[in-house]
Amino acid sequence: MTMTLQIDPIACTGHGLCADLLPELIELDEWGYPILADSVPPDLLAHARRAVSACPALALRLVRVQHQLGPRHQASARPGR
Amino acid sequence: MSHAYAGDDYGSYGYPGDRVSPRSRDRRPSARTTPRLTLDWQRTDRAATLREHSARFGPLPRHAGGRPDLLDQVEAARLTGRGGAGFPTATKMRAVAARRRPAVVVANGMESEPASEKDQALLARAPHLVLDGISLAAGAVGAAEAHICLPRTRSWLTDSVLAAVAERQRAGIDQISIAVHELPHHYVSSEETSLVHWLNGGEAKPTTTPPRPFERGVGKRPTLVDNVETLAHVALIARYGAEWFREVGTREATGTMLTTVTGGVSRPGVYEVEAGTAVGDVLELAGLQAGAEAVLIGGYFGTWHDIAAVEGRPFTAAGLHPVGASPGAGVLFALPAEACGLAEAARIMRYLASQGAQQCGPCMFGLPAVADDLGQLAAGRPEGDPLSRMQRRFGVITGRGACRHPDGAVRMAASAIQTFQADAHAHAQRRACFSAQRGRHHGRQQTAMLPVPRPFAEGDWR
Repeated sequence: MTMTLQIDPIACTGHGLCADLLPELIELDEWGYPILADSVPPDLLAHARRAVSACPALALRLVRVQHQLGPRHQASARPGR
Repeated sequence: MSHAYAGDDYGSYGYPGDRVSPRSRDRRPSARTTPRLTLDWQRTDRAATLREHSARFGPLPRHAGGRPDLLDQVEAARLTGRGGAGFPTATKMRAVAARRRPAVVVANGMESEPASEKDQALLARAPHLVLDGISLAAGAVGAAEAHICLPRTRSWLTDSVLAAVAERQRAGIDQISIAVHELPHHYVSSEETSLVHWLNGGEAKPTTTPPRPFERGVGKRPTLVDNVETLAHVALIARYGAEWFREVGTREATGTMLTTVTGGVSRPGVYEVEAGTAVGDVLELAGLQAGAEAVLIGGYFGTWHDIAAVEGRPFTAAGLHPVGASPGAGVLFALPAEACGLAEAARIMRYLASQGAQQCGPCMFGLPAVADDLGQLAAGRPEGDPLSRMQRRFGVITGRGACRHPDGAVRMAASAIQTFQADAHAHAQRRACFSAQRGRHHGRQQTAMLPVPRPFAEGDWR
């Protein structure tokens, strides 16, 4: 099972703790917001969990990689104007 | 050219029929409009009354075949959303209809794309077509309530729609009541999750998805959010059927579409054309001015291109995909010969940066940063190397917002750098082009071609 990190971009306020705790997978952009690696290798899972629980904004999540979203999940996946 | 936010632009639409100039007829025999939604607009030049509407299109069909019938028809018609995303309408309707709870229908008439006027043109001329569509869609997905969302900046439009709703109530046409709402008019406020959030009592800002509105929308109910033009097409499909709808258009893009053509054209306005009409033909309909060489396709979220490279391409998603463009909500802005593309792009970028919901960091800080880069370049006063700084920032910003606002803004900026490459390099060497310099000497208005609305009552999202 592949795990990946996800960020709630609205909740994230750029504390940057996650990048301190998990520099292997998270770097900060020039404004201090995290850029995440695609997936979490098994040997870093414990560190990833630590980063998730350390986030003061509760914006970081560790989730299973979802394969193949059904058509219903893709419905209106892009913004309409 | 008058623009819609002024609220007084009843005269500025292009009308179907006889607008093709002799010159364009010589050059492009195929440039013509196909009036369906816009039928009789030119003759009446105001909102059609219920009586006129019924005489024009016939009464609202009572569905003999019941609920599934309309869904099948919309599917067979291969109608796609006209709000910009182009998603198959039937798929969206079925997703809502398949859920157990009673649904809600929301008509999106926000049209916050500043270069588009087609939704307000439609609502101002044919409100009953849109209201028919709402009523029919509600029946098809099992909705007990319906809403139409309009921008608070266009109260004249609200008045017109309210009058139409009242007419229908008197005539007892609709099974459900249609509530009319005026929402704050920010750029991101027309995103479907913004509408849902506002209708639920929140601010008109996009929310994190999932859940999408079809899963959990207004009042936690499955919610169908459709653009008003899309719903108007549904009203015609319900009357005339899928085969009729597909009589015009291409295999992948069926029916007609409303387009807004502005900029370096002699007859700016709204034109209804067959899906698949070439970009050059749509521009010719509006009377493309001599010397115009570049076009912004799809609106402020769109992309810049050399007209020569795209004029033969169909104005559809598939037709434009190979050049990385999308028709968006049917918007074409021809860059006038005397304007500087970089300066225009910089102004759009500044506007888009101001129009974010101020929720996600990469958008909140990234877009103003790119707007600064582009602004320095346009002015021919680079600090450091704005070109490579931008290229790096494009990659960092894209895909990191809750909605697609940052992605769209970045795509527009990137396409400007590419299309106006020669200009960009000259400006980077502190040699601003003639247009940009003239704009500097004679005040900004000289080169300001694209409408950039004043930010809507800053901070008011409710």
